[in-house]
Amino acid sequence: MTSAAPSTTSAAPNEPAVRRFLRATEVDTRMIGMIGALALIWVGFNIITWVQNGEGLFLSPRNLWNLSVQTSSIAVMATGMVLVIVMRHIDLSVGSIIGFVSTIIGVAQVHILPAYLGLDNPAIWIIAVILALAIGAAIGAFQGSLVAYIGIPSFIVTLGGQLFWRGAAWWVTTGQTIAPLDDRFALMGGGPHGSIGATASWIIAAICCAGIVFGLYAGRQRRARFRFPQRPMWAEYVIGIVGCFVVLGATAIVNAYPWPERVAATYAKANNIPVPEGGLFISTGYAIPVLIALVTGIVMTFLARRTRFGRYVYATGGNPEAAELAGVNTKKITILVFALMGALAGIAACIDSARLDSATNVLGQFDELYVIAAAVIGGTSLAGGVGTVYGALIGALVIQSLQSGMVLLGLDSAFQQMVVGLVLVGAVGIDTFYRRRTAKG
Amino acid sequence: MDPNAITPLVEMKDVSIAFGGVKAVDHAYIDLYPGEVVGLLGHNGAGKSCLIKILSGAYKRDSGQIFINGQEVKIDNPRDAKSYGIETVYQALALADNVDAASNLYLGRELLTRWGTLDDASMEAEARKVMGRLNPNFRRFKEPVVALSGGQRQSVAIARAIHFDAKVLIMDEPTAALGPAETAQVGELVKQLKAQGLGIFLISHDIHDVFDLADRVTVMKNGQVVGTGSVQDMTKDEVLGMIILGKCPPGAIPGPGAMALT
Repeated sequence: MTSAAPSTTSAAPNEPAVRRFLRATEVDTRMIGMIGALALIWVGFNIITWVQNGEGLFLSPRNLWNLSVQTSSIAVMATGMVLVIVMRHIDLSVGSIIGFVSTIIGVAQVHILPAYLGLDNPAIWIIAVILALAIGAAIGAFQGSLVAYIGIPSFIVTLGGQLFWRGAAWWVTTGQTIAPLDDRFALMGGGPHGSIGATASWIIAAICCAGIVFGLYAGRQRRARFRFPQRPMWAEYVIGIVGCFVVLGATAIVNAYPWPERVAATYAKANNIPVPEGGLFISTGYAIPVLIALVTGIVMTFLARRTRFGRYVYATGGNPEAAELAGVNTKKITILVFALMGALAGIAACIDSARLDSATNVLGQFDELYVIAAAVIGGTSLAGGVGTVYGALIGALVIQSLQSGMVLLGLDSAFQQMVVGLVLVGAVGIDTFYRRRTAKG
Repeated sequence: MDPNAITPLVEMKDVSIAFGGVKAVDHAYIDLYPGEVVGLLGHNGAGKSCLIKILSGAYKRDSGQIFINGQEVKIDNPRDAKSYGIETVYQALALADNVDAASNLYLGRELLTRWGTLDDASMEAEARKVMGRLNPNFRRFKEPVVALSGGQRQSVAIARAIHFDAKVLIMDEPTAALGPAETAQVGELVKQLKAQGLGIFLISHDIHDVFDLADRVTVMKNGQVVGTGSVQDMTKDEVLGMIILGKCPPGAIPGPGAMALT
């Protein structure tokens, strides 16, 4: 009929080099923008702290390691919030679900389970995690069914949920803080002991690099088998090298962060290791919550892109009526998406309470706002149908970098809130402007 | 063709649906034989799209029966209709704008790998085949369909309707968004599919289109069937009279919506 767009292999003449590069590597320009913004924030904070203190504090292994741990809980939830928003819904209750779930699993592992299983039973943390996932998913499924079957707007259902579950969390403990939690459970919060050390971190890095290379190779093979257009070979190399570089670089950074001196000294004493001059250097490596967030990111990307469920989520978000007419059970998908969001909030509840080694009813307060902000800054459109899991992960990192940087600068929390608010509105404003321009052109 | 010799492919008897107090379809009867094109005509709001959406499962009827090959069937949702081989090209095309052509083609019945994951490569390959037949210049398989032209989107919607062994094809204003060349192409396609033995309901404002392609015409007015007749037994003026006045000519079988003869 009319125009035939050039296939990916045929290079248009006179195309600017940058655009040709982006087209060949199939990299989203929005993602480039996000990574640029992230780099700007990191370098900016580093320069400011350098001017203030004579050394750049932001880009130190210590700060980056802390940043990775602080981001993980928001990142876990942001991967689910993407799907909720893609479906044209919203979930304002995730912060309160964290509060409710954490008090329940706190009571379970401190007051109830030890009575039956004995203190320090290795089953306790497993039961606590399963409980967290199940309660989170059940709450999500319940709220989702109110949205799907009764047709109450998700904004209202989850706003009610936000109040209800926060109140319910207070009821579980009558406002008391539950601490300390099970020792094994607490490892999920990170810290020197909740990290995997240098060797395991390098092994994971190697597996990730192998995964990247294999993924590129398998994709190329598959496209060749169907005789589809291929990316140019140099683009494959660029993607592979950049990917492996990021993985290895991140691993080098977390391994460059040593255990705190006192923790290392205690450890040395307990294991009869001689402490060398200048202190014992034990690499921290990846923190367990960071690994949980990364695995969640991979699993959610898989769900979103490679399964029927994910395809239906996006199609329903793009045109709910069309999806229904095509035979998609959109009500079921709605409930599943909210249940998934609830389960992810359950994981976040484990991470947050483990990190504090205590459970309180105020845990996770205002988290829903940061989670939504992360998804939206990561390119998820509130109009529905558009959004990526990796975008939300980067969005979470952007939000947390801002917070962490402002803490380093010693800005007070009131000012921090104002900045995050401005950045959220600004980011969406830029994105909307950009979308409108590309839609016209 | 002798309609009495074979069972109709589709028969909708005494079908009604109301929205609030409005009787959108009021005790309508309509039938369709294999290898036949039935044109459904009427003003905006006459109830033709509504009647057809009952057949495609988009609306659930309040009363009446639907028979497929003489068997009474239960059609409560689009999945039911598809299971009987009833496929629809909707007026608004009903495409998910944010995903690509192959994903739309297979929406609701995706091909899976042996691990249960989406087999996007096979779906794209199939999409390239079927689109190659319908619209040989089409190349934009990687783009969301929102970026496509009206004609390209139409091809995707039609491809989806005919790719899965349809027995009954419902086309609601299939040429409304198309230019003359593309309209002619759709006409050719209708003739081909008819020759393959499909039954086709063709809904259109354009009476000329319908006269060119349809074997029989059913006219609706105010939710009721005015009458049904073969295009050979009626003139275009008579059909216009049915549409505008509800006057059933001698060549057609009158329905409940026909103006009382004086």
